[in-house]
Amino acid sequence: MACYYICVVWFYKRCQPFLTFGSMSTIQAISYYLPDAIYTNEDFFTEFPDSKKSNFDKIGVRKRHIIAQGETASDLACRAAKKLFEEHGIDKNEIDFLLLVFQGPDYYLPSSSGIIHAKLGLRNDCGAMDIEMGCSGFVYGLSVAAGLIAAAGMKKIVLLTASSLTNTLHPKDKGSRFVFGDGAAATLITADGNGSINSFVFGNDGKGYEKIIIRDGGARNPITYGSHDETTDEFGSVICNANYFMDGISVFMFSTKRVPQLVNDVLAKAGLQKEDIDLFVFHQPNIMLNETIRKKLDIQEDKFVHSMAEVGNTVQSTIPIALYESIQNGRLKRGMKVLVAGFGVGLSWSGAIIDY
Amino acid sequence: MEDIAVFIKKIEGEIDGLTPGTLTPDAKFRDLPEWSSMHALILIALSETEYDVSISGEDLRGCKTVQDIYNVISSRS
Repeated sequence: MACYYICVVWFYKRCQPFLTFGSMSTIQAISYYLPDAIYTNEDFFTEFPDSKKSNFDKIGVRKRHIIAQGETASDLACRAAKKLFEEHGIDKNEIDFLLLVFQGPDYYLPSSSGIIHAKLGLRNDCGAMDIEMGCSGFVYGLSVAAGLIAAAGMKKIVLLTASSLTNTLHPKDKGSRFVFGDGAAATLITADGNGSINSFVFGNDGKGYEKIIIRDGGARNPITYGSHDETTDEFGSVICNANYFMDGISVFMFSTKRVPQLVNDVLAKAGLQKEDIDLFVFHQPNIMLNETIRKKLDIQEDKFVHSMAEVGNTVQSTIPIALYESIQNGRLKRGMKVLVAGFGVGLSWSGAIIDY
Repeated sequence: MEDIAVFIKKIEGEIDGLTPGTLTPDAKFRDLPEWSSMHALILIALSETEYDVSISGEDLRGCKTVQDIYNVISSRS
């Protein structure tokens, strides 16, 4: 009897992730695209000579790529998708669904994903959908892809993530200009692999919506002359309602409190211990913040990925870029368990296990 | 919580360019020439990782001296 019980418990624990979601989904391939223009730390300190280098070193960015005038996030996403097809020899005619996670649409309507769909020449019976999410968006996108595979019998889904956030920064918002870079990633999720994406955990604290916000220019507050009235925040950065704003201290605190809880929730849902995870790949807002979270969770350094030095905070694309780089440098291999966690604007968070 | 001298040593370890010995319990940290607002984040991070105590921007705004910060953290640890 005891033996039977142990077997049942073992089976349940092993299969729990798959019981949560029907068919298994695998990350099959990732590519990313960065715009050509580069803004280095030397450029930054030339532009802001009063900024203290040692302070900014703690953020952990050396350079970032900046989107060109007239280019949009969907343009970057489209290039990332083309790169995915070329780099991995993927036949675009096999794609069943296109997901685009981003903020900053080409038009009020139609959806930007539909425009990319046309530019890529995807099949007419391949669906396309925008998901308007920021820093936590990649994992949300993964869950939709896994859902489409499980519920709609889809086989191959392209998940695009793209950020053109530097377009929204005030030229004198030095904190944000140091942190953010533009870029896009394309991830192919398939139903025919040996891995799985499971144990999704999501959450949102909408009361914190003003902590990261562009107040004016949307339907709620149209742009007026007052939208450009400038104020200087406590970090010496200039901001106005037409531009991106972040309450850095509040977001820092939100992240240090929320993310450890998120990680523990994902582990509990998966029936895993921290030690079972081979690699922790989180959103990359800045190294100081992620190091604080890593230390709070007591995660070994060799299991924790920092991947923003050369690209900055690319918002939705930080996790797929970090995964891509980890594959390239040999830290991520097939068969490994990865815990991914996104967090930020919303305030929103998301986590999952990738059995790669 | 440990002695304030140890706490000060930890802050000195985190803030580059701070000459050891210049930070005293009575020091008004905002008046230090090395101080910048980035250090607010550094103090929050230090408090989270070393003492498992959350301090907010509001808490810091209420503090004037290093002793004040020490008192806030030690009252919660």
